[in-house]
Amino acid sequence: MSLVEAKGLEKHYGDDVVLERLNFTVEPGEFVTIVGASGCGKTTFLKMMLGTESITKGQLRVDDKPIPGEPGPDRGVVFQKYSVFPHLTVLGNTIIAEELSRSRLFGKLFGPGRRKAREAALERLTQVGLQHALDKYPHELSGGMQQRLAIAQALMMKPRILLLDEPFGALDPGIRQDMHELVGKLWREQKLTVFMITHDIEEAFALGTRVWVFDKWRDDPQAPQAYGATITYDLDVERNREASASQAKQIQEDITS
Amino acid sequence: MKRLINLKPKRPARVALALLPFMLIAFVYLSASSARLAENPNDRLLPSPAAMGETFYGLATEANVRTGNIPLWADTFASLERLGIGVTISALAALFFGLFSGGLPLFRAPFSPLITVVSLIPPLAILPILFIAFGTGEMAKIVLIVIGITPFLIRDLTGEALRLPDEQRIKAQTLGANSWQVMIRVLLPQLTPRLIAATRLALGSAWLFLIAAEAIAAQEGLGYRIFLVRRYLAMDVILPYVAWITLLAFIIDQALLWISRWSFPWYHVDEKAAS
Repeated sequence: MSLVEAKGLEKHYGDDVVLERLNFTVEPGEFVTIVGASGCGKTTFLKMMLGTESITKGQLRVDDKPIPGEPGPDRGVVFQKYSVFPHLTVLGNTIIAEELSRSRLFGKLFGPGRRKAREAALERLTQVGLQHALDKYPHELSGGMQQRLAIAQALMMKPRILLLDEPFGALDPGIRQDMHELVGKLWREQKLTVFMITHDIEEAFALGTRVWVFDKWRDDPQAPQAYGATITYDLDVERNREASASQAKQIQEDITS
Repeated sequence: MKRLINLKPKRPARVALALLPFMLIAFVYLSASSARLAENPNDRLLPSPAAMGETFYGLATEANVRTGNIPLWADTFASLERLGIGVTISALAALFFGLFSGGLPLFRAPFSPLITVVSLIPPLAILPILFIAFGTGEMAKIVLIVIGITPFLIRDLTGEALRLPDEQRIKAQTLGANSWQVMIRVLLPQLTPRLIAATRLALGSAWLFLIAAEAIAAQEGLGYRIFLVRRYLAMDVILPYVAWITLLAFIIDQALLWISRWSFPWYHVDEKAAS
């Protein structure tokens, strides 16, 4: 059974059609990367997956149930920035996930409960290579380390779906490469289903098993808002590795034109 | 030559420049004072520093014959007690209401417009009502401070809560937080240093309300003393008292800043070394 399914999904802002004709099914364990021109509704789609943006028409289902209208622990998220809490240390930022789920009243653990949570957090932080920066605050970390922390934090609740909104957009190319390896590794190990928005088409093809291109399916110069974006290409990268380089080039040209 | 906006004084120059205006003021006062005193040794308007020091020393060491208290310390204690109680109540109330108003849209909807209107009432205009309602004792003075600064603090904290990036609230929810947990684990810790910053700003108003209330009805207090001796043109009491109040205000302000920097280092990251 597929994990995520959309049927005739649409999003309008008043008369403005942002997204329409979205139909897809995503199986567990797929890594979907989403590319498209700025303002084509990629982030709107991710917000609908998160539950912070309402659905105008159609259906968006997870496990054959309509997606809840608010964020929840089954869907982890990493944003481009503001993903971690500035007032908590590296350890505090990861341990908080355990604390929120175990202590409903105070959201804080003490004594043995805290030691156990600390171990779980340490394990996650070691996976992302932050075990030496436990007591640092986010502002003391580099951009790449902050995003590592955000990923560790997002995975604490063992979500089945991980949503990434241009998580490496602000990072240097060299660091980006490390992050690709990290995300790829975690995706395989945790058997995650990932939706990742990116501007970088090479990144989309390198990481994804499936690449979606969001674009307007029809353009009316008299009424540019009348038609929304949809998935214009749905590429199975996994089974088509050799073709991906030329496809990437083609899409790059499409988007920039 | 660099542009003016790029010229920054080095440390010794900065200290000298900081002292300069104070020296100028002292120089102007001293020359005016000595000119007046040369003409009339009994002049009361611009007393000499020596005369002020003597009076102040007397106020700080000699007990009042009638009450048995040493005026300066009795006044200082009375005023700081009122100020401390008033500001503490205001800060706690502001943190509570700011947290709920900033965290829960359903609470904010009826509450925020009310606070906006209440904050526009000039507190001194309702001082007579407070005296009628609470008598002329401590209660009215404390309530004036609370009414005077709490709406400002609540508005400031609500605004700060709304300025926190939405991403933080969303992230907390994806980590399984309920509404209450988002408020106490995400909003509360980030509103607390803001409360300290806002309280530092509100302390100026708090002193204003305190001194106004003491001037009208009190038996002791720094404001009471200043307005009491006004009748005798006793500038040798008023000026040292003003300096003393300024010093107290400065110490409180710096203490709050120090507490905030020490407890919330992450909050002070973006500060430039301007203050």
